[in-house]
Amino acid sequence: MRPGATLDVSALPATAFGPRTTIWWGVVGLLAIEGTMFGILISSYFYLSKNFSTWPPLGTPPPDLGAASANMVLLLASIWPMRAAHRAAFKSQRRPIWVALAICTAIGFAALALRASEFRAMHIRWDANAYGSIVWTTLGMHTGHLIASTLENILLMLLMRAGPVERKHFVDVNVNAVYWYFVVLAWLPVYAIIYFAPRAL
Amino acid sequence: MKEQQPVGPKDIELSSDELHAALDKIWASPRGFIGWFRNVYHKPISTRMIITAFIFFALAGVLALLMRLQLAVPENSFVGPDLYNQLFTVHGSTMMFLFAVPVMQAMGLYFVPLMIGTRNLAFPRLNSFGFYVYVIGGALLWVSLLLNIGPDTGWFSYVPLAGPEYSPGKRVDVWAQMITFTELASLVAAVEIIVTVFKLRAPGMSLNRMPIFVWAQLVTAFMVIFAMPAVMLASGFLAMDRLVDTHFFNPAEGGDALLWQHLFWFFGHPEVYIIFIPATGMVSMLIQVFARRPIFGYTAVVLSLIATGFLGFGLWVHHMFAVGLPQLGQSFFTAASMVIAIPSGVQIFCWIATLWTGRVIVRTPLLFVVGFIFTFVVGGLTGVMQAAVPLDLQVHDTFFVVAHFHYVLIGGAVFPLLGALYFWFPKMTGRMMSERLGRLNFWLFFIGFHLTFFPMHQLGLAGMPRRVYTYLPETGWGNLNLIATVGSLLLGLAVALFLANVLVSRKSGVLAGANPWGADSLEWDVPSPPPNYNFLYLPTVNSRTPLWTKTPDQPVVTGMRSDILEVLVTSLHDATPDHRHLLDGPSYWPVLTALAVGIGIITAIFTPWGITIGAVLSFLALAGWFWPLGEPIADTSREAGPPIQEAA
Repeated sequence: MRPGATLDVSALPATAFGPRTTIWWGVVGLLAIEGTMFGILISSYFYLSKNFSTWPPLGTPPPDLGAASANMVLLLASIWPMRAAHRAAFKSQRRPIWVALAICTAIGFAALALRASEFRAMHIRWDANAYGSIVWTTLGMHTGHLIASTLENILLMLLMRAGPVERKHFVDVNVNAVYWYFVVLAWLPVYAIIYFAPRAL
Repeated sequence: MKEQQPVGPKDIELSSDELHAALDKIWASPRGFIGWFRNVYHKPISTRMIITAFIFFALAGVLALLMRLQLAVPENSFVGPDLYNQLFTVHGSTMMFLFAVPVMQAMGLYFVPLMIGTRNLAFPRLNSFGFYVYVIGGALLWVSLLLNIGPDTGWFSYVPLAGPEYSPGKRVDVWAQMITFTELASLVAAVEIIVTVFKLRAPGMSLNRMPIFVWAQLVTAFMVIFAMPAVMLASGFLAMDRLVDTHFFNPAEGGDALLWQHLFWFFGHPEVYIIFIPATGMVSMLIQVFARRPIFGYTAVVLSLIATGFLGFGLWVHHMFAVGLPQLGQSFFTAASMVIAIPSGVQIFCWIATLWTGRVIVRTPLLFVVGFIFTFVVGGLTGVMQAAVPLDLQVHDTFFVVAHFHYVLIGGAVFPLLGALYFWFPKMTGRMMSERLGRLNFWLFFIGFHLTFFPMHQLGLAGMPRRVYTYLPETGWGNLNLIATVGSLLLGLAVALFLANVLVSRKSGVLAGANPWGADSLEWDVPSPPPNYNFLYLPTVNSRTPLWTKTPDQPVVTGMRSDILEVLVTSLHDATPDHRHLLDGPSYWPVLTALAVGIGIITAIFTPWGITIGAVLSFLALAGWFWPLGEPIADTSREAGPPIQEAA
């Protein structure tokens, strides 16, 4: 028996970009989870700060600004090549994508190197007191995101370079860019709070 | 949109037998031992989740019976204090983290794709990954209990008791990492539900036509996304305090024990609604069918669900009235705790109105629904009582609280769940459950439940604290405790009867046919049990009760490929067809990734290097997961967009 009335969808495309796709919404869901994590970390930071008469605790200087500020400039600059990869994905151009991702990967490594010195710039260890615990954990959480996102960039770069590339992988490049923007933008409040709250509170 | 011809055979050119054979072949579950682990289809995976959750339910129930036997008479020496601590901790943790939340999500993962008219979840492999993570986390907890290193600090593991100073050893670390596993699995399921509901609905099923169960699952999934991160972070802090000497909860170094309580209950209170909201979704579906009319006040019910979802985040401090909070804070959370009774009340009135104006048919599922309404109203009333700070301070940490939360959790979730399983069992297995055993099951459960938990109200008011392994004869608590123990044995018998009914009916129940209850939603439009691909032709929808308003010329979707795993993606609001999407098929990478995560988290109980090991293994597994295998499966000729430009 064949159906009577039908709704023929054979002419519809087999791929799409952005909010039309499932993967885009999946990444938005992930970002909502990660964003909540950062929100709760920052809440805990201020909650714990109330237990100290001075913040940072007496004897600990506020964290040095050099490496962290350089990192912020570097990460913000990475939006430009990532944006190029993002746009090239719409046009299904493999070469501009992997070149852009290679630049982002290099920036990722540089940011991680700077991050290593940022931990030293805290002037405190995680096991010294609650201030040390929360700043190390918050920095560590962002570093984890940076590592994961850089690995993702490497993976997509290799795939775009070596293939085999399917249409859906351009959608992956697209949502990978969204994730990278999140990692970069999440750094702004984290940076502002870890480095300037000790000076302002 | 470009006009392009599909390359594979068009479904419309095939006879329905040929189409059935083609879909059966491409959507078939992989066979064999290895194949079992590669399965990514929503019904087999959810069925496993439901069965696993019920195994944990039965095991945690056995622990409850052991506790009741210990408390049956004063100064009993059946179990000692240390084992008793492990019993109530593992009982509570299992019921909350390994039974209630997973089973509600599993029901959603099973029925949402069927109810919205699609073939699978949006991310089939992710779903399989979530299942294995959940199983590993559950196994961790129970193997620890069997090795006598089960957690013993209560299901909410308050510091400082759970901190390194007062709980040396690895018991609390097991608990903290079990949390990581189960919350990860829960978050995965939440994203699955949201994206599936947003993007894979049948044409015509605009948001305001979704079945209420789907709405309930959607609201729950959003709550999971914003609630679970709090407990994951908190248990991470706790594990770090214990393993690498951080001081989050150590007051001597500026940490704060109350931070734990805030973070835990910021998750813990929404958790109650994460369990309860799917149950109310089930109730709305069942009432609609057994009252033979569309639900009264669809919009009011949906808005109530959403309101409950928001308000659920504003109540957590009412678990902490006893810690000494500013009065303004107490007043705010008292008010919020009372306000949340309003949306629940609206739903209950809508259900009563539906039953009142319908032509009610009484079957076992409806009995459980009525049992739910009765029991939940009692539990809700004691909830409103405890929202008042003075009363709460009196009954805090007594059996009154134990009575209250079992009324709302068993009353609010297990009654509807059992009713729902009686209702949907024919869809899942093709056979009806025995009605005779079902009614016996209901009455045994109902009487056993109230006999067990009603006396606990009085015990609590008389001052009996929770979590003590015995009491003195002079307290006069013996008789009520004995009644509760008798009740719990009846309750255990009722659960055994339910499981027996499932096992017997699966083999020899009456054949159900596609729609034995004359129900209205799309899952009843496919054979029982449904084939792996769910719908021969994807359906279209013209109302909130599609099967009741179906016209002879109601169109079905054609033009889908029958030789690849294709689904139709529709627009978020109105569900107008947007594009066709190729889903991922069976793979062993999800189970390998779950193992990688599992090795990492379990190693992290003993050494911080576990995190590094887990991260490296997980990255390797994920790389394998995403790397394409040789030739593209999809033909590119029909795809939109410019041709792919080569790398060089």
